Amino acid sequence: MSDAFVSPAPAATTASVTPAAVEVVGVDKIFTAKKKATVTALEKVDLTVAPGEFVSLIGPSGCGKSTLLRLIADLDSPSLGSISVFGKTARQARLDQEYGIAFQQAGLLPWRTVTGNIELPLELHGVGSAARKARSAELLALVGLSDFAQSYPDQLSGGMQQRVAIARALAESPRLLLMDEPFGALDEMTRERMQTELVRITAETGAAVVFVTHSIPEAVYLSNRVVVMSPRPGRIRDVLTVSLGSAAERTEQLRENEAFFENVSRVRELLHGEAPVGIRGVETR
Amino acid sequence: MAGVVLLVVLWELYKALGPATGVVIGDLTVLPRTTDLAMPHVWDMIGRLFEPSGSGRNAVPVWLAVVQASLFSLGVAAVGWVVGVFVGLLLAILMQRFRTAESAVLPWIILSQTVPLIAIAPLVKRWGSTIEIGTFTWENWMSVAVIASYLAFFPVSVGALRGLNSPDAIHVELFRSYGVGWWKTLFTLRLPASVPYLLPALRLAAANAVIGTVVAEVSIGLRGGIGRMIIEFAQQASGDPARTWAPIFGAIAIGLVAAGFIALLGVLLRRYRRGEVPA
Repeated sequence: MSDAFVSPAPAATTASVTPAAVEVVGVDKIFTAKKKATVTALEKVDLTVAPGEFVSLIGPSGCGKSTLLRLIADLDSPSLGSISVFGKTARQARLDQEYGIAFQQAGLLPWRTVTGNIELPLELHGVGSAARKARSAELLALVGLSDFAQSYPDQLSGGMQQRVAIARALAESPRLLLMDEPFGALDEMTRERMQTELVRITAETGAAVVFVTHSIPEAVYLSNRVVVMSPRPGRIRDVLTVSLGSAAERTEQLRENEAFFENVSRVRELLHGEAPVGIRGVETR
Repeated sequence: MAGVVLLVVLWELYKALGPATGVVIGDLTVLPRTTDLAMPHVWDMIGRLFEPSGSGRNAVPVWLAVVQASLFSLGVAAVGWVVGVFVGLLLAILMQRFRTAESAVLPWIILSQTVPLIAIAPLVKRWGSTIEIGTFTWENWMSVAVIASYLAFFPVSVGALRGLNSPDAIHVELFRSYGVGWWKTLFTLRLPASVPYLLPALRLAAANAVIGTVVAEVSIGLRGGIGRMIIEFAQQASGDPARTWAPIFGAIAIGLVAAGFIALLGVLLRRYRRGEVPA
């Protein structure tokens, strides 16, 4: 479990030497419920995420983007098709702790301190207490919460809790981060700061990220590629490669950048189908 | 404390002002008679505590007899509580683990509480008396403890089941993503998360264990406990009305000690009660 590989080298080097971080082939997901119509959540989904690549899944509610993430995380299994994570089955990858996961809610255990929460996965997997302490100190520094090591989750703001959750997801230095609208519940200002931090953190750790969101600027700002999905049945409508430079170049100024706006409106056009939308600019929510 | 004072004031006020024959509407007595026999003065009750309990040779003061009986009953109730909590937790864990167990066992658990205590007490005593393993023989106080635990396990099993099922889906999925098994999830997630649900259940269990002990002592006829003392003193109430109240105070004291113990437990476990609305 080391983050040995070097820099995010998106798309180009896919599957040549190392297996893809995520490979989804022909996946269908059909939910069948008693006395209810079956729901096709995903249909014929193919997706490849290269090691170190940042991929966002975007689409309206109910387009199956969270479902796809859950399938990759092996929290649910596909009805059809196959999913492999670093060349293993999704189940094996889960058992081998190949990924770290963060949800919309921070989901911290209220009876554990910040440190205790970050150390939770390490503790469950039998890492010694000295090593745990070192790792949690490192992660606290990474997410800028060193002063709150001994606080309890209810003493932290939403943004801070979410940072703890991200630190927890990173605890075992996974090569893949799965994030399901992790900033969805935060206010706009906190959200933008967290995005900047996430870009920095993923650059430092070199992890691949699959990021579910329904915010267009967020997807564009963070990603190497944006996967646009359409609902009922959930399909991948298009994949947009965003080239906004390396992590170091993705500063706050980028949000005012012409290329940024261009990409935002391209994603928007893809989301809304063929009809181009008149209004341009940053979506404010 | 103010509550106790208020109660005493109300008691004495009614005794002073109420009619001696009680308030009667038609043929129905709606409020009790205020004679010394029915409602002795509070100070008489307290004063009686410090007089010898009987006219016998080795008579001890009433308060000492009550304390001894209370401690005996408290001990039996504590054993019943521990057994009840253990059984209740075990049942809850079983029901959490196997959905079929929940649908199979839960109705029986609820049904078990509809059986009158008085009915099962002699049965338990009879079954117990047939148990003899080596030097171990079943004693009557064990029957009382079993009945106390029979009342105590119920709130624990129901409360703990709710508590064990209380973690959010997100937490359960997080643990699944860590690839840890059911036992580890039980100890690191489900049990800590169940504490806010468990504490009120434990408090109820303690109250039930005390009531179960007192009632079972009466119906089994176990000597030495507060239940027997209440009956004995009540039978002599016409001659010694104030003394009847002494074991009742004792029973209340047991309940208070039990409640205090649970409160202490709550303080020790306060880390697991974060985010709980202070009650």
